[in-house]
Amino acid sequence: MRAVCWNGSTDVRVESVPDPKILNPRDAIVKITSTAICGSDIHLYDGFIPTMEKGDILGHEFMGEVVEVGREVHNLKAGDRVVVPFTIACGSCFFCNRKSWSLCDNSNPNAPIPEALYGSTTGSGLFGYSHMFGGYAGGQAEYARVPFADVGPIKVPEGLEDEKVLFLSDILPTGYMAAENCNIQPGDTVAVWGCGPVGQFAIKSAFMLGAERVIAIDRFPYRLQMAKEYGKAEVLNYAEVEIGEALREMTGGMGPDACIDAVGMEAHGYGLDSVYDYAKQFVRLETDRPTALRQAIVACRKGGTVSIPGVYGGFIDKFPIGAAFSKGLTLKMGQTNVHTYLQPLLERIERGEIDPSGIITHRMSLNDAPRGYEVFKQKQEDCMKVVLKP
Amino acid sequence: MPRNISDGERIASIIGGTMLTLLGLSRKGDAGAVIALIGGGLAFRGISGFSPVYKALGMSTADSDSSDVAETQSRMVGVKRSVTINRSPQELYAFWRNFENLPGFMKHLHSVKVFDEKHSHWVASAPMNNTVEWNAEITDEQEDKHIAWRSTGDTSVPNTGSVQFTPAPEGRGTQVLVQIRYEPQAGLLGKAYLSLFGEEPSQQIAEDLRRFKALMETGEIATTTGQPKGRT
Repeated sequence: MRAVCWNGSTDVRVESVPDPKILNPRDAIVKITSTAICGSDIHLYDGFIPTMEKGDILGHEFMGEVVEVGREVHNLKAGDRVVVPFTIACGSCFFCNRKSWSLCDNSNPNAPIPEALYGSTTGSGLFGYSHMFGGYAGGQAEYARVPFADVGPIKVPEGLEDEKVLFLSDILPTGYMAAENCNIQPGDTVAVWGCGPVGQFAIKSAFMLGAERVIAIDRFPYRLQMAKEYGKAEVLNYAEVEIGEALREMTGGMGPDACIDAVGMEAHGYGLDSVYDYAKQFVRLETDRPTALRQAIVACRKGGTVSIPGVYGGFIDKFPIGAAFSKGLTLKMGQTNVHTYLQPLLERIERGEIDPSGIITHRMSLNDAPRGYEVFKQKQEDCMKVVLKP
Repeated sequence: MPRNISDGERIASIIGGTMLTLLGLSRKGDAGAVIALIGGGLAFRGISGFSPVYKALGMSTADSDSSDVAETQSRMVGVKRSVTINRSPQELYAFWRNFENLPGFMKHLHSVKVFDEKHSHWVASAPMNNTVEWNAEITDEQEDKHIAWRSTGDTSVPNTGSVQFTPAPEGRGTQVLVQIRYEPQAGLLGKAYLSLFGEEPSQQIAEDLRRFKALMETGEIATTTGQPKGRT
């Protein structure tokens, strides 16, 4: 089959590789009909995530048709149309029982790799996201092997086209969980840093969960435009205004009730602190650049919540813990518990409360994946989301 | 000025600092000056081997260069690891009590043949396609609680082991504690031990226990062996 393989920093290639096989009794093989490039794939593309190996198959947002199931998979059969969650969960450990699917104990064969760094084994296995997260072959391919297929994939009705349900695999639940983590109350204002795909869905979700106002922050006019039109948010361009001041002014001096960092470890900024972060990350003394996170913590109102769907992997400097402590903030973060949100979000899509396909700007053949990565990374052609068809 | 930075980190600081300084000086404006300043500070830190930040934090990485061989060997005398498994002590005991199940999750065990209630024969894989073998007997056991065994007769790898199953707090299954003891040996015998317990016995047993947990909780052990990969 054809698959998108990582070959080093900013080097992805479409290669011919063997078809996947059933390896464990709870596996299934899915013939992929649609797959997407995620913002977090850009961290891999840029070489910021350790434990990648040449030849690794990328991709963790995919859906398709079941073609084969292992002997212990009884809920799926060949021909079923499914969306596959990017987190792999066993469904029977301590964490899965508590619906912390992304912390699953048993799905990541390499969980001990970051034990010294994180103080425990890491979370669940992920598709196509480095060996630290299991080293599973990803879904930017014609076929994928799905472990614990009796727990993860959700069947989708024939009436809904791929583009409406594909993002159940990651970014829609990720944006939704980010908003849910804000514990939104009537009258709340939510500020969202980063108007990429997760930011767009966080904006939509904040409104679905009852926010009064959502203020979206970015520097790319086309992304702010989408936040305004698709998300119905008020927008701030941080290249033009001082964000802290603007937010205080817009909220009657209080600050937003909740702040969402949908940017993560490769933040961009204009302050002295961001130059410092670039320099330290350049020599690998700091692994993550937390400009957005710092702003979110400082901007948030007293007693508010900072929710972090943006990905961080290592260390950050100049973390404003004093501001967080003094204001009694709640910080919520972590990989998305995708399994929890599949059914409720599928129902919202069916009821027409949200149409996730509204963020797609680029549709390409799988063979054009290298161009897709470059266009998305460089934010060329007003690129927001790339969907690939095998 | 006392050193509190390791050699590796010093070299990285010198190289990185010099690169940054050059990068900073090649750029105009405030950003360039800041980069050059940070670079200079880094290079100084590398050359002097002293970090005021580490000092303020009470940290040092200066001692991490040398590995302590004696310490590694003394750790090999006895190894103790525990894991919490989301299953009842009864289920776990029953599975472990049949020693023929052990090679299913213990990486270095090739096979176990059970003769009778107390006696069994164990075969472990060794380097160069060799094996080491020994007979074992159960020395103590209490149903659903613990099992202890030891090697018997003439073997190059005398060892004892035990496993204990304790109910974990409400709804959390069972805490499993495994202890393995053996005499440290030099030369060929030492190598035989390495084949049994891996290069880092404590880590090897921790990994075996992770596999035991996965097998008991999910019925399989997660793997990627045999999946496709690009030609490189």
